[in-house]
Amino acid sequence: MPFPMLSTINLFPLLGGFLFLLLPSEKKGLLRGSALCLSLVPLCLSFALLLQFDRSTNVLQYVEKFPWIRAIGVDYFLAVDGLSLTMIFLTTFLTPLAILTSFSIEKNLKTYLFLFLLLETGMLGVFMALNFFHFFLFWEVGLIPMFFLIKVWGSENRHYAAFKFFVYTLSGSVAMLLAFQLLYLASGTFNFTELAELSQSGLLQTQLVFLTQRVGFTLSPDTVMTIVFFAVSLAFAIKVPIWPFHTWLPDAHTEAPTAGSMVLAGILLKMGVYGFLRIVLPIFPEVLQRFAPLLGLFALASILFGAFAAMAQTDLKRMIAYSSVNHMGYCMLGIFAIAAQGEVEAKASALNGVLLQMFNHGISAAALFFMVGVLYDRAHTRDLSKFGGLRKIMPLFAGFMGISTFSSLGLPGLNGFISEFLIFRGSFPLRTGLTLFATGGLLITAVYLLTMIQRLFHGPIGSSHPHLSDMTQRELAVTIPLVFFMFLVGIYPSPLLELTNRSVLHLLEIFS
Amino acid sequence: MEGLLNHCFWIPLFPLFAAALIAIFKNNRRKAASSLAILAIALSFIFSILLFLVYLRGHEEGHGTLRVLLHFPWFTSGGTPEVISFIVDPLTLMMLLVVTLVSLLVFIYSLGYMHEDPNSVRFFCFLSLFAASMLSLVISNHLLILFMCWELVGLCSYLLIGFWYEKPEAAEAAKKAFIVTRIGDIGFFIGLLLLYQKTGSLLLYGEGHPSLFSPEMLHLLKTHAVTVPFFGGILLTTLLGVLLFMGAMGKSAQFPLHVWLPDAMEGPTPVSALIHAATMVAAGVFLVARMFPLLDGTGAMTVISWTGGFTALFAATIAIAQFDIKRVLAYSTISQLGYMMMGLGLGGLVAGTFHLMTHAFFKALLFLGSGSVIHGCHGEQDMRKMGGLRKEMPVTFWTYLTGTLALAGIFPFSGFFSKDEILTEAFTKNRTLYGIGTLTAFLTAFYMFRQIFMVFLGKGRLHGHPHESPPTMLWPLRILAVLALVSGFVGTPFLFHNPFHHFIAADREGVAPSYLVMIVSTTVALSGILTAYLIYGRRAFIEDPLIPALKGFFRLLEKKYYMDELYQNTFVRAISSLASLFKTVDQVLIDGFLHLTGFASLTLSRFNQWIDNFFINGGFDKACAGIRGGGGKLGRLQTGRAQDYLLYASIGAMVSYLLFRLL
Repeated sequence: MPFPMLSTINLFPLLGGFLFLLLPSEKKGLLRGSALCLSLVPLCLSFALLLQFDRSTNVLQYVEKFPWIRAIGVDYFLAVDGLSLTMIFLTTFLTPLAILTSFSIEKNLKTYLFLFLLLETGMLGVFMALNFFHFFLFWEVGLIPMFFLIKVWGSENRHYAAFKFFVYTLSGSVAMLLAFQLLYLASGTFNFTELAELSQSGLLQTQLVFLTQRVGFTLSPDTVMTIVFFAVSLAFAIKVPIWPFHTWLPDAHTEAPTAGSMVLAGILLKMGVYGFLRIVLPIFPEVLQRFAPLLGLFALASILFGAFAAMAQTDLKRMIAYSSVNHMGYCMLGIFAIAAQGEVEAKASALNGVLLQMFNHGISAAALFFMVGVLYDRAHTRDLSKFGGLRKIMPLFAGFMGISTFSSLGLPGLNGFISEFLIFRGSFPLRTGLTLFATGGLLITAVYLLTMIQRLFHGPIGSSHPHLSDMTQRELAVTIPLVFFMFLVGIYPSPLLELTNRSVLHLLEIFS
Repeated sequence: MEGLLNHCFWIPLFPLFAAALIAIFKNNRRKAASSLAILAIALSFIFSILLFLVYLRGHEEGHGTLRVLLHFPWFTSGGTPEVISFIVDPLTLMMLLVVTLVSLLVFIYSLGYMHEDPNSVRFFCFLSLFAASMLSLVISNHLLILFMCWELVGLCSYLLIGFWYEKPEAAEAAKKAFIVTRIGDIGFFIGLLLLYQKTGSLLLYGEGHPSLFSPEMLHLLKTHAVTVPFFGGILLTTLLGVLLFMGAMGKSAQFPLHVWLPDAMEGPTPVSALIHAATMVAAGVFLVARMFPLLDGTGAMTVISWTGGFTALFAATIAIAQFDIKRVLAYSTISQLGYMMMGLGLGGLVAGTFHLMTHAFFKALLFLGSGSVIHGCHGEQDMRKMGGLRKEMPVTFWTYLTGTLALAGIFPFSGFFSKDEILTEAFTKNRTLYGIGTLTAFLTAFYMFRQIFMVFLGKGRLHGHPHESPPTMLWPLRILAVLALVSGFVGTPFLFHNPFHHFIAADREGVAPSYLVMIVSTTVALSGILTAYLIYGRRAFIEDPLIPALKGFFRLLEKKYYMDELYQNTFVRAISSLASLFKTVDQVLIDGFLHLTGFASLTLSRFNQWIDNFFINGGFDKACAGIRGGGGKLGRLQTGRAQDYLLYASIGAMVSYLLFRLL
């Protein structure tokens, strides 16, 4: 048996976390250092994975598959391909940064850091598992630590935000769980790959109809598939989030501690988009094609309404949170566009763009939330109207925040532009009208982000904060890796696109 | 030596490296930063001259227009590899020379002008970044790369307009510039998407690669018709042309997207000279010239020429009623950019680019001159408070006068030749536009000499003592003055058979020079000067004599036709209303619905609890007492509302599962 690379990456934070719990809780320096070291191991391993990954093929790599719970046909099934590899790397990259960010946490430090390690295992599992049972387990494992991170370490309105986040995500999960039980009863498998094959051969639909007839319903295959499709999509739509299921996001992001917001925006949202790519597209291609014209409107709503709502915010963190709704809207635009009739080239552009946008938003949003945290730690307010002239007293902060903002705004030369361009280039021939309206989002984004810069950095120095100190070494250590990736991907996106391109073309075969 | 042409990418790389290095400098290393920036741009300038000379040699030997292309792999999506591609052709070389030369002079000038600024290290960083982006823009052979550089010069413009960020007006102007140009850029962006959809390539020229300017692709584009809602069927190239031109309208401040440029004068004056007069704002004109093979002969040309003509006149009228020395020049820039657009739109590729070049020199000169005036007057920009500066600032005066005569189009200054070429194009092709152009020429001569009389002649009205500027500022003025005087001769039909024309477009028929046009335009310009003399030159004044003469109309001009107010009350207000609307939708509608659902579930669960207690538990009270004791303890764990939901979710799941089994 080859070395179980994926299992190691996946479970290392958890197993390490158990050892971590044995450490004395009053030695805070030791706790911080060891948590950071524990999170660096998966980073190194996933970097090795990145280098060893065979870019010339679209088959699943590093497969670990063996029966797990025979009674219900559950396999232990981990593998990577171009769809998940960038996300795995992003997860292992952001977690150490989030832990480094959390060095300023004093309250229940040990529990806090343990929750982060647990969270990392949950997120990695979602991106690696190819069996629904396995996937769902980690999906929920990711939910619980975040709930406590918000509820215990959040700011004023944390109970409401944590509750909203939890209930919202959970209701989506319940729908997805029921849907997959139905699929399991019909097909006898939880494996995504097998379900996709069954669905594409039409067998799954027949089985589902047979199943419903047995319990006394006469439904057409289309109807059954539609119901299942919506149940599954709801879970992901909430996670992304797609308008109008997005209102948990500003609350959760705003109330979560800084590192929590970084991970929430950086990775957890991507789990929703990833779900669409990994599960919805291969298993429900026809239903998606049928409903994509309608769903595209919701993507557009996320882009435009998200941008408008961001513009109206006075709380800095809420504004950044809403910008996530806007940016994830571009991902959904790309996904719903590829369901339309059109050339493979355009679809490949859109889908590569989506995958790149997931990575880019992970970097930029994490950076922005981190910056907001840096500011909040000093000024103890997030009210935009109370700031001004910060560029004079915090020049380093102003520079890095400026770069992150322009990355989010889609300035060429920084990461966001390439992915947005690819999405727009791909979506335009497929869904021309929709894409045209979506370009409006580019303008509104510029309006609110530049307004934010203006309020924070320009004009006379705000009276409430004449003596804020600039960024510390530790804060720079968090920022510089993020900024490095903004430039790298913005100037030379090829290494990432090489990872995704084959898998994207493979995924698109079901639509041709 | 021809191999040198393959190294054109070094020209932007020098200032880019300089910018990157200066970015990590400390704020007190002023000398090092400025020297590095000047060294880098000087290298680029020398390299450009070398490239030009090498090219000329190759040009004479070969036939037709020589184009040197360079391709580098970039990324691959699907099956199509994208390349980073550079080009050296006459248009590129002309721009390279102009941009590096003006940049070099402005950089040197900034040594003196920004001498006392505590942030001058940042200033040279941004200036170098600008030079790098602008130079990459002119050598790019791929529309996406061009667009990226286009946005980057926009960023530099934003950073430099807002350089004195503590001034709220500067911060506001920077934001306005970025957003207004982005409106145009979205049109440009859509144009790129459409172009890519129809052709699958954004490469301009390509040897072997599929490219836009290959004869087959041009034929395909020019014969393809598309249906646009509300406009019906139009030629694809017309639609594309208009979309690309939208980008040019934003960057080159054409009506109705011109509103950002006058406000951009909040930036330091060297920035106004380099970016907002000589180079960046000409990028729109450059784009139209670059895309000429695609645009030529399409309906988009009509749009371009009329927009240009209208803008030229519109901005010229505003310029006569401004009092800020830099604002007059700003409106003059808008007007002259309109002139260039008009020339290009009429098919005058050579005329438009020629005016671009001469304008770059004399407008940079005028701006730097105005900077010298402002510097000498201790920051005063109001022309009403100046006057009589000729004596204190002789070098500034004489160079400024040279620039003014060039702009007014007086023989033999450079503006005369380039402006006349545009007017000749208009005279032969569209008499209405010719009329507009001639009227604009009159207004131009008038407002520029109004400025000369108000600033340099007459009695001094300044509080305090003006002084002449240091040599680092005066030498660039002298050099630019020489250029403003002589650069027109490269494009004159009378000497050397118009080398500029042969260089830029050897294969294009030019319009024959017309003595009538020259006589008329000279007469018009001279009468503009005379009018200015009659109003401002003969006697001292406190209030502008035009105010009583024009009354309300003067006010309308002074307020720039109330365009800012109009936009403020329509677009800006609409966008903020939409923003508040969607904030409210989230807070009231969506969250309201959620809270209602939450409330309903709670009520339902209370009702259920009551049923449980009253009916079910009633008879079992005693039996259950013991269990309840334990249950109560467990119940205390359930403090939050989340659990209610969980409970009900699981009950629901169980009930449905049971139903499922039973049925």
